[in-house]
Amino acid sequence: MLRDIYTAFVEFARTFGAFQLFFLRLLRHTPAVLFTRFPLVIKQVYNAGALSLVIIMVSGTFVGGVLGLQGMDILGLFAAEDAVGIFAAFALIKELSPVVTALLFAGRAGTALASEIGLMKATDQLAAMEMMAVNPVKRVVVPRFLGGVIAMPFLVAIFSAVGLLGAHLVAVSLFGVDVGAFWQQMQQTLEMDDVMEGVYKSIVFGIVASSLAVFEGYNAIPTAEGVGRATTRTVVLTAIAVLILDFMITAALI
Amino acid sequence: MQQTRSVELGAGLFALLGIGALFFLTTQTTGRDDFDEDRAYSVEARFENIGSLKKRAPVAMSGVTIGRVVDIEFDARALEAVVTIVIDSKFDQIPDDSDASILTAGLLGSQYIGLQAGGSDIYLEDGSEILFTQSAVVLENLIGKFLVNMGSGDDE
Repeated sequence: MLRDIYTAFVEFARTFGAFQLFFLRLLRHTPAVLFTRFPLVIKQVYNAGALSLVIIMVSGTFVGGVLGLQGMDILGLFAAEDAVGIFAAFALIKELSPVVTALLFAGRAGTALASEIGLMKATDQLAAMEMMAVNPVKRVVVPRFLGGVIAMPFLVAIFSAVGLLGAHLVAVSLFGVDVGAFWQQMQQTLEMDDVMEGVYKSIVFGIVASSLAVFEGYNAIPTAEGVGRATTRTVVLTAIAVLILDFMITAALI
Repeated sequence: MQQTRSVELGAGLFALLGIGALFFLTTQTTGRDDFDEDRAYSVEARFENIGSLKKRAPVAMSGVTIGRVVDIEFDARALEAVVTIVIDSKFDQIPDDSDASILTAGLLGSQYIGLQAGGSDIYLEDGSEILFTQSAVVLENLIGKFLVNMGSGDDE
């Protein structure tokens, strides 16, 4: 029993250390890839970002709509339905958009990255590249990492914007809150710092989610089962990391 | 080749959409347009009690926001609060004997500074001080006074 815990702990520490070394490797190749292989990055921005748009926009609309409904319900207790705009904007921009987008990103793009790289490894494509003197980290891994890092802040901003429109739809169109009150109270209360908090979070989450996904894929055991496990671990680790980091960033910024 | 072009187009449209969303968030959800520090002048006002006035609170004249509170300090010698406000230099014809009072927006709303125009020919300018000020109304004091009045009313 104790021995199991000990082994699990050592294994965790080893993976954590391996991740850090891998992350440094990603960073070391980042400038070269950005300047010499930018088309590869563009393709990955498309894969991670543009192809995630549908899930992000649909989720955003409904999350915003739910905030509108709950806000109407709870603010109705204080006859302050006009403040539903503030409620939705704060919840969306500061917390929900970055976190939910990061989780959706892990599910939609992170799994795709991990399984793609894992499968490349399982079918010896990465080894073949090395044989041709092509650095697979530079050619395959870093562009995917950068694509995710670039896409995430945009996805979060789109989630927030669409979510606010969803809240507007519920509060103004459905419940008849005054449209002026909805937006004006929001504008009076929200500050640039609040928007920036969401942006900072999205940048951090983008780096974490993308690097974890490519790390898991690159270090997958090259079998069908190993790739499957890497995909699962990507989602689990990203979710845990994002939620813990969210707490820490919020505590630091408040 | 055609495929690369469409991928690039997709990525470009996505980035544009993202930038558009960021623009929307920064301009449409935050309303307090910052004053250009170059086009504003700062004025001091001393209050006995500022209540719960905060930095960035609006400064209004006739209900129109013309400036903002930028700094609140405590003068340890005069035992007063020193509030520094900046006023948009568009409004450079405010008489220097105007009085500033700390008011509350709505019953429980946030506090702001209301300026009441005076009659002087000399206008406020950068670095000048508003001499006539009226402290914030503290709800507890008000209730206290009310209760005292009630008590004295009973005696008669």
